Amino acid sequence: MVGKTLYDKLWDAHVVRTEEDGTTLLYIDRHLVHEVTSPQAFEGLRMAGRPLWRASANLATADHNVPTTDRSKGIADPVSRLQVETLDQNCNEFGITEFDMHDPRQGIVHVIGPEQGATLPGMTLVCGDSHTSTHGALGALAFGIGTSEVEHALATQCLIQKKSKSMLVSVDGQAGNGITAKDIVLAIIGELGTAGGTGYAIEFGGDAIRALSIEGRMTVCNMAIEAGARAGIVAVDEKTINYVRGRPYAPKEDVWEKAVKVWNELHSDENVEFDHVVRINAADIKPQVTWGTSPEMVVAVDARVPDPAEERDTVKREGMQAALAYMDLQANTPVNEINVDKVFIGSCTNSRIEDMRAAAQVAKGRKVASNIKLAMVVPGSGLVKKQAEAEGLDKIFTDAGFEWREPGCSMCLAMNADRLEPGERCASTSNRNFEGRQGQGGRTHLVSPAMAAAAAVTGHFVDVRELEGGVANG
Amino acid sequence: MDKFTSLKGIVTPLDRSNVDTDAIIPKQFLKSIKRSGFGPNLFDDWRYMDTGEPGMDNSTRPLNPDFVLNQDRFKGASILLARKNFGCGSSREHAPWALQDYGFRVIIAPSFADIFFNNCFKNGVLPIVLDASVVDQLFNEVDASPGYQLDVDLDAQTITTPGGNVISFEVDAFRKHCLLNGLDDISLTLQHVDDIKAYEQRRRQDTPWLF
Ligand code: SF4
Repeated sequence: MVGKTLYDKLWDAHVVRTEEDGTTLLYIDRHLVHEVTSPQAFEGLRMAGRPLWRASANLATADHNVPTTDRSKGIADPVSRLQVETLDQNCNEFGITEFDMHDPRQGIVHVIGPEQGATLPGMTLVCGDSHTSTHGALGALAFGIGTSEVEHALATQCLIQKKSKSMLVSVDGQAGNGITAKDIVLAIIGELGTAGGTGYAIEFGGDAIRALSIEGRMTVCNMAIEAGARAGIVAVDEKTINYVRGRPYAPKEDVWEKAVKVWNELHSDENVEFDHVVRINAADIKPQVTWGTSPEMVVAVDARVPDPAEERDTVKREGMQAALAYMDLQANTPVNEINVDKVFIGSCTNSRIEDMRAAAQVAKGRKVASNIKLAMVVPGSGLVKKQAEAEGLDKIFTDAGFEWREPGCSMCLAMNADRLEPGERCASTSNRNFEGRQGQGGRTHLVSPAMAAAAAVTGHFVDVRELEGGVANG
Repeated sequence: MDKFTSLKGIVTPLDRSNVDTDAIIPKQFLKSIKRSGFGPNLFDDWRYMDTGEPGMDNSTRPLNPDFVLNQDRFKGASILLARKNFGCGSSREHAPWALQDYGFRVIIAPSFADIFFNNCFKNGVLPIVLDASVVDQLFNEVDASPGYQLDVDLDAQTITTPGGNVISFEVDAFRKHCLLNGLDDISLTLQHVDDIKAYEQRRRQDTPWLF
């Protein structure tokens, strides 16, 4: 018998029917909903007079437009406010559970799914958001969809899909001390390129991935989309099961036992063939910093900004030149001489409790540098915020001169009031450094939470492992 | 959904790779709860000299004369010629909505990002993948001849150049069928209600924690 990849197993378990050409009706176990990509879908249902297929499969929250400052005053921008209120109304009308802006469990959709146990191993999970790949860290098949598909999922609990090809990205060996999941995934994207994963579902494996916590694996899977892959997955192991145990939506008692048996099978069979395999040596990975306007434009912190003159491919060279012009950088500048204006620690890539802890370790006993106009920490959910406060992390941040905010997407894409002004340079733990992503004319450098904190306290990029006074290992 | 069968139209070349959905339609316009009206803000950051916000009167905003969409020779274009990995980034369907609202019905590129590619078909926009060398050639031809038009025939899966050159392209059979007939996915799926119910029943037994 031919073995199956984890992706095959997840796919096969959810096939409702397949046409001859491979077009498949795929069942969706969980649908996460947020305010930006859902209003037109609900409107579509209403216009066609279609009911919701299964309300309990959906979970909603408002995250993109919500303010990260005092919420008791509501949302100042009337356009944002209308979108958030529209979600509240739609959830009410269709009977969908929503963690609204004032709910203590509210947060970024990709943080609250796993946190609530609403994301479970073996599930198919979709959301009208490309970073839905995050949830694959729990051994689920999770991918982002557009609004038409949001409507399709609401109306039928299924999607029309074709199977992707399978890729294994194996990060072999052990990553060095102080190397985080973010550095690993940026290094992977640097290797694959932003389109290297197009058409594939990527399984992340290898010792260095196994060694990551579930939260670290979420950071890796989160950015699978930045390599072009719709889905990133990691096999289930003890850590996965321990992570899920006891969460509000997780199964209980005998059902739990039954589920664990099924979940323990969620790994690729030995010697199975992938369509494509990429191997990366974990020991070679250093702290990463992006220098351009695409996540693949990334180098190690001890490197220099690349020189387009050395690129032979014309299209690539022109892309590099345009990126350097936009970023206002000179080729060959050492990365650790680049000063930043703002620091953003947050987003669905890096706003979980571990990320807060990693940044706090660096911030502890230090002060935000005088050239930094704003350093903000935005926890991924109300529960992350509460936990961080219980551990005193908020105090560490505010003592150091960081702002400690309410949960949401915030300056990851600047749909709310948090944004870069034209020309400002930001060290950001988010996932996209596209032109204008964090505010028109803003310049984004993607880094890990520890590296962002290190940039905040020194005013420029620096290898966090070489910070004077060191960083406590935790 | 709008049908797509064939189209002859002016081609606008957008000579950059990795054009992302933030560039196609910047996030401030995603606050709309409507499905239409995004055309004037297509490529907003590149197209205008000022910062666009929802609700502005776009007709009075200063245009960037260097941006292709603002050049007279490409007025009324319905075909966008692009470079690799077009539409990367977010899942926002506002991107194809904006392209379609502006008047683009065909996008030709050497490669597309998956979610964007998929979203196009749901909105009557045909994304066509051609070899990078063929795309290169088209860029040269567009550049050389003002008023350059292509003739796209979905049924025959061909593109005809003004010089009479016929280029064939691949398209998924199911998607082609839906586009040619303007079919709505949801009604297609709802023809299989019994299958979905049977599946759910089986899964309720085997994996009760999912319900
Ligand atoms: S944090 Fe950023 S990437 Fe994540 S869902 Fe929000 S806007 Fe999207």
